[in-house]
Amino acid sequence: MSDDREPRDARGGEREGTDASASARMVTDAILADLAKAERGVVVDSPPGAGKSTLVVAAAASLAERGERVMVVGQTNEQVDDLVDRMAREHGVLRIGRLSAQDYTPTSRVARQGNVTARTAVADLIDHPVVVATAAKWSMLTDPGARWPWAIIDEAYQMRSDALLRVAHLFDRALFVGDPGQLDPFSTVETERWLGLNWDPMSSAVAVLLTNNPGIPVHTLPVSWRLPATAAPVVSAAFYPFSGFTAATGLSDRAMRLSTHPFGITAFDRALQTAADSGWALFELPHRHTLRTDADAIDACAELAARLLLRGAVTVSERPGGPHDVTADRIAIGVAHRDQAAAVKRALRARAAAYPVLGEPPRDVTHVVADTANRLQGREFDVMIMLHPLSGRRDATAFHLEAGRLCVLASRHRHACVVVARAGIPELLDAHPSAEPVHLGVPVKFPDGWEAHQSFMAHLDKFRVPSGG
Amino acid sequence: MTVLTALARVAAATGGRAVPTKTVRHVHLSGRPLVLVAAQLAGEACAPLAVMVGDDREKPRLLSVYEPRDRAQRFEFAAELAAIVLPAIERHVEEERHVGEDGGAGPGDAGRPEPYRDAPQLLVPNRPTAAFLRLLGRSTRFRRTEGTYAVPAAVPLLGRWLTYFAERGEVTPSAQLLPMTAVLADHWATGQSAAEDANLAALLGWIDPPDGMSGHAAARAAEDPVRCPPAGPVTDPTFDNEVLAPILAAVHDATLTSDGARLGRARAAMDDALRGQLEPTWGLMWRAVDLLAALPAAAHVEQRWVADRWSFTNQVAWTRAGGAPQARRDSAVAAAGRLARLEREQQRLAVERAYDDPLVMAEYRMTGEAFAGEVVTAEQGRLVAESGRRPVLRPLVTVATSDEVLFEAGAVLKSPARPGQQARVTGVVPPGTPGAHGNTSGDRRTLVSLELKGGMGRSLTPPPGSLPALGEHVTFTSLRDDFQPAPKFPDKQDTPWTHGGPPPEYVPDDEDAREAWS
Repeated sequence: MSDDREPRDARGGEREGTDASASARMVTDAILADLAKAERGVVVDSPPGAGKSTLVVAAAASLAERGERVMVVGQTNEQVDDLVDRMAREHGVLRIGRLSAQDYTPTSRVARQGNVTARTAVADLIDHPVVVATAAKWSMLTDPGARWPWAIIDEAYQMRSDALLRVAHLFDRALFVGDPGQLDPFSTVETERWLGLNWDPMSSAVAVLLTNNPGIPVHTLPVSWRLPATAAPVVSAAFYPFSGFTAATGLSDRAMRLSTHPFGITAFDRALQTAADSGWALFELPHRHTLRTDADAIDACAELAARLLLRGAVTVSERPGGPHDVTADRIAIGVAHRDQAAAVKRALRARAAAYPVLGEPPRDVTHVVADTANRLQGREFDVMIMLHPLSGRRDATAFHLEAGRLCVLASRHRHACVVVARAGIPELLDAHPSAEPVHLGVPVKFPDGWEAHQSFMAHLDKFRVPSGG
Repeated sequence: MTVLTALARVAAATGGRAVPTKTVRHVHLSGRPLVLVAAQLAGEACAPLAVMVGDDREKPRLLSVYEPRDRAQRFEFAAELAAIVLPAIERHVEEERHVGEDGGAGPGDAGRPEPYRDAPQLLVPNRPTAAFLRLLGRSTRFRRTEGTYAVPAAVPLLGRWLTYFAERGEVTPSAQLLPMTAVLADHWATGQSAAEDANLAALLGWIDPPDGMSGHAAARAAEDPVRCPPAGPVTDPTFDNEVLAPILAAVHDATLTSDGARLGRARAAMDDALRGQLEPTWGLMWRAVDLLAALPAAAHVEQRWVADRWSFTNQVAWTRAGGAPQARRDSAVAAAGRLARLEREQQRLAVERAYDDPLVMAEYRMTGEAFAGEVVTAEQGRLVAESGRRPVLRPLVTVATSDEVLFEAGAVLKSPARPGQQARVTGVVPPGTPGAHGNTSGDRRTLVSLELKGGMGRSLTPPPGSLPALGEHVTFTSLRDDFQPAPKFPDKQDTPWTHGGPPPEYVPDDEDAREAWS
C-alpha cells in the first residue's frame, strides 16, 4: 500500500497509549512469539484495514533479524511493490530482493530504494535475507535446490489452494496473513467435483492448509485502522460475528464536510449530507425489476460521485495536516459485475464531457475508480459509492448474496459509504431464504450471505434517502 | 443474463417461438451418435430402472431392471448395457497397422502420429442423466471379475468408459458427452425461464412447435406428464405410484411362485410401461439432433473434435495397456492439474466461439471488449525502422465504429478475420471531435487507429488479403487465443505438507467388490 492509504501515523506517536494500539501490539507480539516456536506455521486473520501489511513487514524483519531467510509471497505485482516499498523504508538496513518476471519494470517506489535489488533470476538474490515476489513468479522457479526456512504469504485468503500447491515445496514453515471476510477465490469453471476434498483446488490456501494441518495456531487482529467508528461495528457485526473487531479511531477523530452550498438541494445532496454526517447513506430508487445495467442506478452512482467533487468534500482525520480534499481518485464506485463497471465509467465520462470542471484534475470525474468488488479487494478510499448487488433483481442468487462481495464493498472507506439501491431489497431477501446445498466435508460458511445482507440492510434503513422525495 | 439474451427471450416470448442466439452450431455432431435415455428408481441414489439406448433412431434398445433393488440384477443390467455401449465404442478403434520397435505405447500414450479417425459421441437428454451415468460408472468401474461378487469382465470396462464420458462432459470444449437441453438452450433463446428450459419437451416446443401452435402452447402441453413423460432419470411420481408400483409387485409375486409364464407376462408388462415412458424422449432426442444438424458447424468445431479424438485414442491405449481405472477421488496434484486444464480450455472455447460467431461477438461488443466498424483509411505499405534495424512492415488502419470503444492507446487487439495478426491501438478519436472526420462532420462514429503487426509474410509488400482493405467491415477484440504455458505442479509423490503430503498408492483389493452399489 502506498503512503497515503496507510494510516501509519495513527499507529505511532500520539496514539501510542490508546487501548486500540495497545491491544493491536499485544496481538502482534503474540504472533511474533508464535513464529519463534511454530512447527509448521501460523495463520493471522485480519479484518479490513487492520494493519495486515504492517504485520507482514514486522514479521519479515523479525525473522530476518533471527538470521532466517524469508520468502514473501504476494498475489499481484501491485501488492508486492507496496510491500517492498514499506519494508525498504521502515527497515533501511534490511537487504530486500524483488524477484520478478522478465516483462516487469520496477516501479518508482521500488527503484528508488537503495536496499532493494530487483532481479529476474533467484540465483542473483540468494544471499538476500528477504526475497519478495508474486505467487505466479515463485511458482515458476525451477532451481531444484531453492528452499527457504520461512515464507510469509500475504492475502492468503485470496490465494487459491492450487496456487499454494505450486509454491509449497519452496518453504519449510509459513506465516499466512489475509482477510477471511473478503471474496473467496474464484474459478471460471463450475464443478462440484472436488467439494469436500481436503485439498479442493478451488478453495482458499488457508482453508486447505487448516484442514490438512488442524494444529496450526490462528490469530485475529483486533482493530481496524481504516474503517471509521461509524462503520467498524456494522461491518464487524455483519461479517465477522465471531471474531469481531473495533475501530482504532473514535467518533470524533474523523469527519467529512461538504465545503460549498448547492443551488437547490437535490436528493443527491441529501444523500451526501447524510453520509457526511453519519458515515452511511442509502440512496433509494423506486422499486423496479431491472436489467443488470440499470440505467437509473448507474446514473445515480455517477451523479453522486460528480456531486461530491462539485461540492468540494473535505475530510479531517488523525492524519496530520488536514483538512484534506477528497480528490477523484479517493472515491470509488463499487459494483458486482464488469458490465456495470463499464456502464459506470461511461456515465462518468459523459459527466466529464458535460461539465468542464469535472474534466480536469483534481475533480476529473473520470479518475473516480469504478470497478467490481473482486478488483477493489485490498484497496482503500475516502468515500465508497456502492451499487447494491441485489438492486433491481428478481431473485437473490448465491453470487449476489455472497457475504464476501458485500463485505468488500462495505469496508473500503475511511469516511463514508453511500449505497445505491432500488427499494425492496429486504422483501427480496425475505422471499429468497438461503437455500445453498450443504455438502459433506465442506464447512458451512459463517456468516451466511443472506444473514449478512439482512443485518447490513437493517442498519442502512436508518440512513435512507429516497431519490424522489 | 446479458442484455442480448434478455432481448432474445423477450422477442421469443412475444413472437411465440424460440429465437436463434447463434448463427452456427458450436458443437460437433457425430454422424452416428449413441443416444441414451435413462430412468432410475425413485428414492435410490443410483438404481437403474431402464435405459433406451442405440445409435439407430429406428431401432432403440430397451433394457429394463425388473427388480431394481436386486444387486445381482443390476449387474446383469450393466453387462447388457456393456454389450451395446462397448461395441459402439470399439467401432472407432483402429487396430495398429504397424508397431515399431518401441511402438509399444506406455499407458496413456497412444504412440501414434494421428488420433483415430472418429470417436464415439454420447447424447443424453439433460445434465441429470449425465450425472446418473457418472454415478453408474463410479459404481461399476472398481468391480472385481473374480472372487466374491464377481461380475463379467465387461462391467468394470463399461464403468471405465462411462466415467471417461462423464469426465469429458466436464471439459467444456468437448463434444463427447452432450446433454441435449444444454446444447439447445445455448443455441436458442426461448420465452421461458432457464429452469423451464431444462425440460427437453418444453424446450423443443419453443424451438420447433407443431404446426399451428405457438411455442408457448407447445411448452405448456409438454408439462403434461402423460403426454410428455419426464426425460429422466427421475420418473413421474404419478407413474411410479399408479403404474410402476403394481407392476413391480406383480413381478415380485411372479418370481416367488416360480411360474415361468406368469413371470414372463409380468416382465413384458413392465417393459411396455417403461417403453411408454422413455420412447417419447427418444423421439425428441432425434428431433433435436436433426435441428442441430441443420445448422452449419462453426469454424473451430472440427479442431475441437480432433482434441476429443486424441483424448479417446489415448484412453483406448491406456485401457489396453492395463492402466488403472480412474481414481475414486483426485489427489491434490491431479485435482489442481485438472482444474488448470479445465480453465484454460474454457477460456480458449470462449475465444473460439466469439471468433466463429458474430452473435457471440456481439456480447463482447456490448461490454466494450470488442468493436466492429468500417476501415476508413489504410496505410498498407507503412514501414517502421526500429533503432538501426531493418525496416519492418507496420501498416496503419483507421476504423470508424458506432460501437462504444473502451480501449485506450496501447491495447493489443486481434481481428477474428486475421487471427495471426496483432493490432495495437494507437489512438481513439471520440465522435463529434471537430475535423476528425473530414467532410462528414455529422459522423457519430468513433475513429480507432490501429497499427498492425504479423500475419503478412516476410516481404515488405503485404500479400493480398493479409490486410484489411478500405471499406472492409472488420471486428477487433481484446479476446485473444494466445498460447499460455501449462502451469507446473509438483509430482504426486512430492505433494507438500500443506496439502496433506503424498497420497497412498491405489492397490485393487477385495474391498472394491464389497462397496455398496448405490
